[in-house]
Amino acid sequence: MSRLPITKTPKCFLGGAFIRSESGRVYEHKDSAGAFVCNIPLCTRKDLRNAVEAAAKAGPGWAKRSAYNRGQILYRIAEMLESRADELAAAISLTNPNAAASREVRAAIDRTVHYAGWTDKYESLLGSVNPVSTPHFNFTVMEPMGLIGILAPEESPLLGLLSMILPAITSGNTVIALASHGEPYPSILLGEILAVSDLPGGVVNLLTGTRADILPTMATHAHLRAVYAAANKSERTEIQQGAAEHVKRTVFLPSEKPIDWFADDAQGLYHIRHFLEAKTTWHPVGV
Amino acid sequence: MARSNPISLRSLISEIGPVDQVGIEERVAKYITRSIKKASKVQALKLAVSMVDLTTLEGKDTPGKVASLCLKALHPHDDPSIPSTAAVCVYPRLVKHAKKLLRGSSVKIASVATAFPSGQAPLATRLSEVRAAVSDGADEIDMVISRGAFLAGELALVQDEIAAVRDACGKTTLKAILETSELETYDNIRAASFLAMRVLRPGDFIKTSTGKTSSNATLGNNQVMLEAIRDFYLETGTEIAMKPAGGIRTAKQAIQFLIAVKETLGDAWLNNAHYRFGASALLNDLVRQLVKEKTGAYQAPYTFSEASGSY
Amino acid sequence: MPAKRPNNPARELLFGDLWEYDPAPETAPAHIAPRYDLFINGQFTAPKSKKWFDSISPGNEQKVSEIALANEVDVNAAFAAASAAFPKWSKASGAERGKYLYRIARLLQDRAREFAVAETIDGGKPIRESRDFDVPVAAAHFFYHAGWADKLAYAAPGRTLAPLGVVGQIIPWNFPLLMLAWKIAPALACGNTIVLKPAETTSVTAMKFCSILQDAGLPPGVLNIVTGAGDTGTNIVHHPAAAKIAFTGSTTIGKFIQRTLAGTDKRITLELGGKAANIVFEDAPIDQAVEGIVNGIFFNQGHVCCAGSRLLVQESVADEVLRKLKMRLRHLRVGDPLDKNTDIGAINSRKQLEKIQELVKSGVSEGAEIHQPACKLPKRGFYFAPTLFSNVSLSHRIAREEIFGPVLSILTFRTPEEAIEKAHNTPYGLSAGVWTDKGSRILKMSTELKAGVVWANTYNKFDPASPFGGYKESGFGREGGKQGLLDYAQIV
Repeated sequence: MSRLPITKTPKCFLGGAFIRSESGRVYEHKDSAGAFVCNIPLCTRKDLRNAVEAAAKAGPGWAKRSAYNRGQILYRIAEMLESRADELAAAISLTNPNAAASREVRAAIDRTVHYAGWTDKYESLLGSVNPVSTPHFNFTVMEPMGLIGILAPEESPLLGLLSMILPAITSGNTVIALASHGEPYPSILLGEILAVSDLPGGVVNLLTGTRADILPTMATHAHLRAVYAAANKSERTEIQQGAAEHVKRTVFLPSEKPIDWFADDAQGLYHIRHFLEAKTTWHPVGV
Repeated sequence: MARSNPISLRSLISEIGPVDQVGIEERVAKYITRSIKKASKVQALKLAVSMVDLTTLEGKDTPGKVASLCLKALHPHDDPSIPSTAAVCVYPRLVKHAKKLLRGSSVKIASVATAFPSGQAPLATRLSEVRAAVSDGADEIDMVISRGAFLAGELALVQDEIAAVRDACGKTTLKAILETSELETYDNIRAASFLAMRVLRPGDFIKTSTGKTSSNATLGNNQVMLEAIRDFYLETGTEIAMKPAGGIRTAKQAIQFLIAVKETLGDAWLNNAHYRFGASALLNDLVRQLVKEKTGAYQAPYTFSEASGSY
Repeated sequence: MPAKRPNNPARELLFGDLWEYDPAPETAPAHIAPRYDLFINGQFTAPKSKKWFDSISPGNEQKVSEIALANEVDVNAAFAAASAAFPKWSKASGAERGKYLYRIARLLQDRAREFAVAETIDGGKPIRESRDFDVPVAAAHFFYHAGWADKLAYAAPGRTLAPLGVVGQIIPWNFPLLMLAWKIAPALACGNTIVLKPAETTSVTAMKFCSILQDAGLPPGVLNIVTGAGDTGTNIVHHPAAAKIAFTGSTTIGKFIQRTLAGTDKRITLELGGKAANIVFEDAPIDQAVEGIVNGIFFNQGHVCCAGSRLLVQESVADEVLRKLKMRLRHLRVGDPLDKNTDIGAINSRKQLEKIQELVKSGVSEGAEIHQPACKLPKRGFYFAPTLFSNVSLSHRIAREEIFGPVLSILTFRTPEEAIEKAHNTPYGLSAGVWTDKGSRILKMSTELKAGVVWANTYNKFDPASPFGGYKESGFGREGGKQGLLDYAQIV
């Protein structure tokens, strides 16, 4: 009899730790042939609440890291992704044999490197020193908003998810992301990779489960400053209605049309800008 | 002179608080937007006349020039409702000439002693100049502080010298000229104001300038000094008077300075025991504007001043 | 640490009437028409509603003019005109669009005094402010944005900007002409066309401004102004042709707009309320801080979303600051807005006056200590004396709710951390003030404070080059500067 391999219990990466859903619920994850692979945590609003707490705790420290340091940590994520590239590709192929799995993994790694290089540059492009007509020195800096809720797309379970997380954390935001429901396993691996990437616990919190459980709470949670969602019209409506309660920022990727996650404009400065607040400071110039 | 313990500028500013340049200049810019019309303007013009220290401080001054200055101070205009000025201000050598004309009048004789305007003479020389001016009949002594010592950090020396001059004055009123343009910063002006006020007597003055440097009284340094006087009054109850000098040439400027007094120190300082203008040309314009208010017609300058030529 | 300055409370200064300023009314004509129609497609157009409402001068409660009430048909006509004008306007070269904006800036400067007087009559703000602030800064906004029109590619590195389409803009009553300029200038520079609604109580200068558009030769339909009340605004918000809604006003209405537009994919920028902390440290230049506090809360009768309405003073200087504030209040001049010596004019409307009165009453009943200078208020018109509250705690309504009036709540703190905590204790995040002589502390406080604008050793400063807008429930988007421009364009 051959050796029975040890299977991994998928857990969500939350506050730097690996957790099961507080609800104790799971859903079955099956491969493309319909065979059982594992049980995935079915996170609920309580897990979201906990993730928000963890992200809030991590936020100030992450935002205060030097830009150089954040850049090195993002680069470290790329290194860790590269070291597990085959495993990630296999995870993508598991549920979607037609996916360009290796290409998606390579793109995800390159995207991470791309953002690693932005941490100490976006500020000088988006901020400004403003020539006001009074004797004041006036400058605008770009600050992270705070806590960002993310609803990742169903497709491109690694590249889509990372493409949404990276622009937010580049500037010092912390995120709570709900992974693809149908293809959750890459997010489980991503959590394990992030855990060994020098990324402080709580900066990225990854949930699995259904949008029905998470979306309403994500829309209305007062502590989240923005929601970034790949969403259809009815989801967008619900998110915006909830967001209005606390004047939350919303950024949508309409999911009616397929999103080209490989495109050049799926990354870059203007994605980072979505999750920044401009702060302008005035000071007199005198002796 | 007994030497006091050293005073550090740093601890003095920490005690009295700093001044923000842009902030204080914004404050005084609001005075300029005040619109003073009709009766309130006439009242202000007359008040300003009564506050003028009519000044001549030139090497070419003669007893004759001082005599005409005194007559003008006594009777700025034929209109009897226009008051005399507060004082004339002359060099010590000319005090006795002014005294002949002003004895018994309300017009005081102020004299710039202490090696005016630089103050760069030995203290003994400066004190003997003060005593001479007092014995010749000066009612008020305008001294210059030692700006060099102030900037070198010898604050106690500056203060001790003011105290020594005060003692030499006897009952004569003392005006301490800070020479604000040489102190340069508002922080220094505020610090020097306190340094002086702490050894001055009620009714003594702090004064902005000699009129002999490129920059003299401004609404900004006037405001810093008024606020220092206010804070010192609230702290000690001692009423120190104020004299901006130099650069105030027009009635409009004088009214702006009076607005600053009204809105910083209030009614108690709106008199010539508490506030003066050190000026030579200002009186002409004040009188000219008073005549304009009375007649309704704009006046030509040469009617009011020998110095402005006939053009 | 500075030594605590002695402070003898018994000693006072007399701010009496020994020398009183005579009334100095501004007499320049305002040229206000008895009735204003809507401005649609370059023409003054009678409203299809056939209704006009009165605009009242808050300074004396007299009728200023009659303002057209736009109904849904009128709003549709305005959007139709804006949509028709969009293709040509958006395709015009930036340089040509810029020239129109330059013209508008110049024409507004030409008629600055007339507009200032009209603004003061219609809105109640002191002529000193409308003359020295509102109108010149409005003109400056047009001049500034005129220069952007042909340089849009430089505003977004690596990309360029394209217009959004027709934008609907709804502006408040506190800075009627200035807010119009803030909204219009960047939108036109980026090639959008506009339907704008002024506030119900302050439409006069917006309608006067339409004559400047005609004089400038702005193509018909590029800017349409419809007047009215809440329903007119709702019609704009709902209009399918609006690519974007830009709103400045209350947080309540802002939330309503965001909720209403859910699912439409229309862009939104919101500039909403505030409850700014103005933080004074013990080493601050106290007199300038007092002046800044006064400017922070009594500027425009406190009808300022970024007003420094919560004063946080370090305990060691709290007595001195309060004493100097009280002294400063005694020579603030409250009264006729048209008097050039008036510092505090009229409250914009009876409704706003009643709101202020109600909140002040709550402050007294919740136990805060009220300080008001003795001042004679005019018999007619809506006036409220400048008011300080000391002994305020964070739970008091006057420390939490936006009063939008000349009412300052004073709280104290001991350490920088406590100041930051108290400053953050609000859902708002529009602005903040910091007063200290220590440079590194300014930058630290500025970094920590969650506010879109931080005034350090100054307060209530505005400039077209300086972006303005809030964090948290004070809204999103910026107005002014490079950053504001991006909110009126697609980055392509």
